[in-house]
Amino acid sequence: MTARPTIGVLALQGDVAEHTHVLEGLGAHTVKVLSVDQLDAVDGLVVPGGESTTMSKLAVRYGLLDPLRKHVAAGMPVYGTCAGMIMLADRVLGGTADQQTVGGIDMTVRRNAFGRQTESFEAGVRIDGIGTDPFDAVFIRAPWVESVGPGVTVLGSVPGPDEAGRIVAVRQGGLMATSFHPELTDDARVHRLFVDIVKGLE
Amino acid sequence: MATNASNTSDNAVGTQRVKRGMAEQLKNGVIMDVVTPEQAKIAEDAGAVAVMALERVPADIRKDGGVARMSDPDMIDGIVEAVSIPVMAKVRIGHFVEAQVLESLGVDFIDESEVLTPADEAYHIDKWAFTVPFVCGATNLGEALRRIAEGAAMIRSKGEAGTGNVVEATRHMRSINGEIKRLGTLDEPELFGAAKELRAPYEIVKEVAGLGKLPVPLFSAGGVATPADAALMRQLGAQSVFVGSGIFKSGDPARRADAIVQATLHYEDPAVIARVSRGLGEAMVGINLDELSESERYAGRGW
Repeated sequence: MTARPTIGVLALQGDVAEHTHVLEGLGAHTVKVLSVDQLDAVDGLVVPGGESTTMSKLAVRYGLLDPLRKHVAAGMPVYGTCAGMIMLADRVLGGTADQQTVGGIDMTVRRNAFGRQTESFEAGVRIDGIGTDPFDAVFIRAPWVESVGPGVTVLGSVPGPDEAGRIVAVRQGGLMATSFHPELTDDARVHRLFVDIVKGLE
Repeated sequence: MATNASNTSDNAVGTQRVKRGMAEQLKNGVIMDVVTPEQAKIAEDAGAVAVMALERVPADIRKDGGVARMSDPDMIDGIVEAVSIPVMAKVRIGHFVEAQVLESLGVDFIDESEVLTPADEAYHIDKWAFTVPFVCGATNLGEALRRIAEGAAMIRSKGEAGTGNVVEATRHMRSINGEIKRLGTLDEPELFGAAKELRAPYEIVKEVAGLGKLPVPLFSAGGVATPADAALMRQLGAQSVFVGSGIFKSGDPARRADAIVQATLHYEDPAVIARVSRGLGEAMVGINLDELSESERYAGRGW
């Protein structure tokens, strides 16, 4: 892998610019991905936060869903935040009837699990692989991971509304997902972990 | 799992970052006015990023006259139940009790809107006092910055709602972005002068001058009726587009909603805009602005 990887940000909807800003700050070359040609040209991909139903519909409409699945199957590193986590989930609870995902991570994700916007919150969360300092994680109408398969590593959890631990960060091979939005903070540690995965260092 | 949970501080709700972060998630999308759960489903199916729940679209508010207020909670609940995407709702300018009611209903965003009849002719709502985020309209940069100072997490151009005429939205987008560009050329003493002219806090004026954009997302609203209108707003710098009467006052709402979503995404690709504009059926009947008297214009509401 080159020292300066090209990382795409899926630009169907959501906070694309914020991810681009963090990735560029880490020395990656970034491109907005809206077409199969653009997807074919990147070393790794970020699926941003936004509305997962909107993203899913647009991915189907523009013929991106199958190419995304193929790249994931072929081992392309992909990092999903919030809606992006839902897009990477093999199974989704609380979505719309026709909601399709790219899949790839053997997990069941519950959409809007932490509640509506008035219940959105920020909290310090310890994330494995980025050092011991807690990450100031911003959760916006966030999903959580209800269960994971044996190949999935849990990187972080928070207490849910019922005080039971809820998984909010996972990794399976080159695929990574967080319920929260590191791109909304100045802390680049989670993105750095992903860039290292793309570079083949992790 | 309980032992594995490792957040290290109490959860903080309603912070500036949580509110503005919500607004960021709605970028590159379309927010549609809906008056029934059925319309909300059509909007969701077309790929709207959120719906605005209200009793009457602005075109009908114009036609019916009288005092326009917050919608019936039953009606808002019905729409919240019908869709899984975020739901917004409108309150009158300055009517902080309507806002308290909407917050208690669990709406995801409140629009303190000039489309409804203002409840206070001197003050807008203190939006910092709420957990739910607010969007406010603006016709120029000073107005936008005053709203941000009051705690707005998103700004939209006011345009002239319910007219199907995009000219005022264009004027407001050009004005806001033109004034932001001008701030970038000013030195320190001039920024103090600019704050005075804009009637906005110096700290926010300085922040905007440094960023070259607002510290919150800037969306566009007020008169968008066609896919090309939506793309126009995007090319003028709007990060997302609100469509009010334009969709459900047209001949084929589902198709038009879908077309506007596509044009908003591919706003720089005329071939896509052309394709989705074909055979859309009738657009809403528009109103020329010179047919509206001062008292019929909503954009002047707000201070």
